[in-house]
Amino acid sequence: MQCDICSKKKATVHLTEIVDDQMSEMHLCEECARQKSVQMEQQFGLADLLAGLADFGKPTKEETKESIKCSSCGMTYDEFRKFGRLGCGQCYESFKMHLSTLLKKVHGSNHHLGKSPAKIPKSEKKKMESFQELKMQLQQAIQREDFETAAEIRDKIRDLENNGDEK
Amino acid sequence: MKLDDFIYNTGQWLKGRGAFSNIVMSSRVRLARNLAEKPFPNKARKKELNEILATVVSATEHIEFFKKSILLKINELDNVDKQFLIERHLMSHEHASNPEGKALIVSEEEVLSVMVNEEDHLRLQVMQSGFNLNETWEIANTIDDALSQKLDFAYSLHWGYLTACPTNTGTAMRGSVMLHLPALVMTRQINKVMAAISKLNFASRGFYGEGTQASGNFYQISNQVSMGHTEQDALQNISGLIRQVIEQEEQARQALLVQNKLMLEDKIFRSYGTLKNAHIISSQETVELLSMVRLGVDLDIVKDVDRNSINELFIMIQPAHLQKIEGKKLSAAERDTKRASLIREKIGG
Repeated sequence: MQCDICSKKKATVHLTEIVDDQMSEMHLCEECARQKSVQMEQQFGLADLLAGLADFGKPTKEETKESIKCSSCGMTYDEFRKFGRLGCGQCYESFKMHLSTLLKKVHGSNHHLGKSPAKIPKSEKKKMESFQELKMQLQQAIQREDFETAAEIRDKIRDLENNGDEK
Repeated sequence: MKLDDFIYNTGQWLKGRGAFSNIVMSSRVRLARNLAEKPFPNKARKKELNEILATVVSATEHIEFFKKSILLKINELDNVDKQFLIERHLMSHEHASNPEGKALIVSEEEVLSVMVNEEDHLRLQVMQSGFNLNETWEIANTIDDALSQKLDFAYSLHWGYLTACPTNTGTAMRGSVMLHLPALVMTRQINKVMAAISKLNFASRGFYGEGTQASGNFYQISNQVSMGHTEQDALQNISGLIRQVIEQEEQARQALLVQNKLMLEDKIFRSYGTLKNAHIISSQETVELLSMVRLGVDLDIVKDVDRNSINELFIMIQPAHLQKIEGKKLSAAERDTKRASLIREKIGG
């Protein structure tokens, strides 16, 4: 049997491809098979990998019925799973629960460590101010040995830290 | 500055200077940024893309670093120009398609390039010659700080910088180093090294961009993870890894010199001879031969050509570059002839 691509060399590799439920068979020589495998690797891109990972945060049946949608850009979680790209910054809030799992899977962590921009968005600033305020109160409570209050404040800080990291 | 001014100059990152420039071609830091309250490019309409572009451009106008930069709107460029910019590592293939609302800003000496409205609103890239991730990061960080004084970036205290693809969320930074590893290839150790690197969560790819096979024995290694580490930590991790790869390559080069010096010299001089004398040459063959000559320069075997000239040739011998130099469209066969004559002109002696 000759190679289906170059029609010159003997076919030694037999490839079965299933695309959209259509099965096709190819018989290739070693060289053409190698080239074909390079092409296939390139086609199987990042979006596929991500979509595979995103299944870890796959919505339950009930959630799918409501079809989670970003309130700002209108992207649905299913769309994201398909293309591997989010539509806007608000998507991170809208798909918080799923993204938290996904990011942990991708990066091994779902907390940012690193620089922040000179101008922090107002909503985030409020969070930060209260975060810093709470930290100060915690210090003060510890200093005056008011451990009951300190524990309450510590819980509040934990809640703030876990905002975006649904349990 | 005009686009055509680039033709006879190459970027500062190709100069063959800096630490370990015998093995490390260049260091690169890339930052992804998006404007707050605006849809990411894949969801933005034409009007919004143009507004984003206008906002970014007006912010750069007040920043010193951008004073001598050039702004190129992608929909005003022809295919050769776009390919030319991709070949110079200034923009991605993705940026050349669907050009509406997209632009590229390139600073003097090509230290900095900013793709506007690629996958994210801004993709900043800083490149330096040699193994120099710290300084490269410092430049990128300073420009990012200056931009964030003028622009509101999409950022969350919890998640960090928000990007279209979750693989970039957090620092949205990639540090990468382009390495020339001919001795590891010749001693058949390269697959072992690359397999170890991918196990450690770093990515490797070829000289000619994303999705390309390594050719000319060039390998680009970058960090994959952008959350849970600060920028400095991520760069320190990758630097540690790169230092080990450099050491391995140096050992392999020494082993070749001790065990197979005659064969190595033969291979290098044959490559040099072909490049100096060929009248028709493909880009694949050129890249393989240039790699050998570069090794010859690094090992002081080839003495009458400098590393800078060889580095430049890796860029200049590509199809769009040849056509820009010639000032007209060239067929594949015409390019093979033009390529050979350009090489003879540069290193023919």
